[in-house]
Amino acid sequence: MSKETTISKVPFKGTAEEEKKLREVIASWKGKAGCLMPVMQEAQGIYGYLPIEVQKIIADELDIPLEEVYGVSTFYSQFSLNPKGEYKIGVCLGTACYVKGAKEVYDKLCSELNIQSGGVTADGIFSLEATRCIGCCGLAPVMMINDDVYGQLTADKIPAILDSYRRK
Amino acid sequence: MTHAIDKTNFCNKQTRVALRNCGIIDPENIDEYIARDGYQALAKVLKTMTPEQVIKVILDSGLRGRGGAGFPTGRKWQLARQIVPDADQKYVCCNADEGDPGAFMDRSVLEGDPHALLEAMAIAGFAIGATQGYIYVRAEYPVAVKRLDIAIRQAREYGLLGENIFDSGFSFDIDIRLGAGAFVCGEETALMTSIEGHRGEPRPRPPFPAEKGLFGKPSVLNNVETYANIAQIILNGPEWFASMGTERSKGTKVFALGGKINNTGLVEIPMGTTLRTVIEDIGGGIPNGKRFKAAQTGGPSGGCIPAEHFDIPIDYDNLISIGSMMGSGGLIVMDEDNCMVDIAKFFLEFTVDESCGKCTPCRIGNRRLLEMLTKITEGKATLEDLDKMEKLCYYIKENSLCGLGQTAPNPVLSTLRYFRDEYISHIVDKTCPASVCKKLLKFTITDNCKGCTLCARKCPVNAISGAVKQKHVIDQDKCIKCGVCMDSCKFSAIEKK
Repeated sequence: MSKETTISKVPFKGTAEEEKKLREVIASWKGKAGCLMPVMQEAQGIYGYLPIEVQKIIADELDIPLEEVYGVSTFYSQFSLNPKGEYKIGVCLGTACYVKGAKEVYDKLCSELNIQSGGVTADGIFSLEATRCIGCCGLAPVMMINDDVYGQLTADKIPAILDSYRRK
Repeated sequence: MTHAIDKTNFCNKQTRVALRNCGIIDPENIDEYIARDGYQALAKVLKTMTPEQVIKVILDSGLRGRGGAGFPTGRKWQLARQIVPDADQKYVCCNADEGDPGAFMDRSVLEGDPHALLEAMAIAGFAIGATQGYIYVRAEYPVAVKRLDIAIRQAREYGLLGENIFDSGFSFDIDIRLGAGAFVCGEETALMTSIEGHRGEPRPRPPFPAEKGLFGKPSVLNNVETYANIAQIILNGPEWFASMGTERSKGTKVFALGGKINNTGLVEIPMGTTLRTVIEDIGGGIPNGKRFKAAQTGGPSGGCIPAEHFDIPIDYDNLISIGSMMGSGGLIVMDEDNCMVDIAKFFLEFTVDESCGKCTPCRIGNRRLLEMLTKITEGKATLEDLDKMEKLCYYIKENSLCGLGQTAPNPVLSTLRYFRDEYISHIVDKTCPASVCKKLLKFTITDNCKGCTLCARKCPVNAISGAVKQKHVIDQDKCIKCGVCMDSCKFSAIEKK
């Protein structure tokens, strides 16, 4: 859950096509009050994360100091400075999930994937995040893998769920 | 069938005002909202009322903010109208950054009845003299964002948003801004700073947003559930709304029931309903024959209510008087298997993580508080630490800049107030009565042991020894309390105390 502040060591692999899209997004927002965050959100949608190279383009184009762009990107937990896995796992650690055993589910995921919150597996398939309440408290404990929600989890259900994604 | 459902305790103790359309209309079809008297209130306001009359109706209804603090909504609108009467621009904002863990009533309104929100914001715009609205919604609610987007487009098509609505000369439009996962942005000044495109840090008040808010202009910010009541108040009159609830808390409140309770989900009850009715009748009690220990309200800013206050009527002032608060409406039930020190630590971990770092009492104070709690759960604390901890709680409350820090110690204070004996057990007896705090647990092997050797083979630190077909023993000095032995034992021969 803690925010990342270290710049990614993974080499930047942005394409010319992605950069063209990014510049279009910036052009459509430029001049509007409070446009920095929407631009960064769309940029993350294009690249999957916000490498420093992308932040530099945003800073130059919007004429905002890079230091301020970087400040915003490290303040909000949604912005990621590192690439994510193909399947993004988010385990809810909200109160309702916590009192119903979300910690055991989270620990099981850590040991099965051999990563901690914020990490990506070596093969790049899974990344793990301990998230805030995702508002599915009636189904607690809950996790999400990309857009799929899994409810009423127990630790022993985890290996089979992970396997179903490995087979994809 | 509907008849039978209406007669269940889950339904017949509820009164739906804010949730009246949720699950009933198609939220992506504006005609269905209009068929349920949608936009009638906006028409009534624009055609027959003055802004002052609108504010008076809201004041008379007694509606208070549903986001948690309970400030009178009519008063907020009045201030935004009057403080800077000649402002060239004013803003109406909606706080849909529902960040309290365990609360999801706003999501339900956003996804199930988005037009109710748009209509109410337009009414607020007319009342205070604003022409632009912003909805700040969590990016974690993609369905809500999509439906709001559809609703705004449909309302513009029908001329219910935009220029010269109902030929009244009043113009109003709404834009969506997405949050990016920062709990502090639920605080009004932080939310506005975030819409402006900066790090969501709160600003000192005064000046209050009614004077200098979004982009430095007079602004009003209300929560989703507050807005969901507005059109009904305009249509049915303030007396109707004020006839529900208690003397100082009018209307209904939506709660998100969760945790150790049979019926989980959203329930909307008149203010003044007792906790007993909510938990036993509507919630259907505690599962697995367990004993009720506490109900947590108000999220990380609230507190735990013990069984002795089961019959207290739920309203803003009563909850404050027993050391909790209404909050946005999360109501998490805990049973005898939950450790209250662990729960306090859980919330502190949350606030430490979400503190924006701007002011020292919150940034450093809460971290120290968490360290003290951790010490207690590890059996390393003394009774002196408990006194120090209590003093620190009050220091943080009195000196923090915004609501996040000012309320962060509440979970600690309320558990200290009602469950002090649990803290004492951790400190003096070095035991966790609910068997939750791992460092204080002791795993032992009982006479049920058949000597199958499975646990000894599974133990990651080789702490278990014993010959085949003979009772095994756990070396307590080596044991790391991981619980693998207990999970693997086929004869339930391992005890955790």
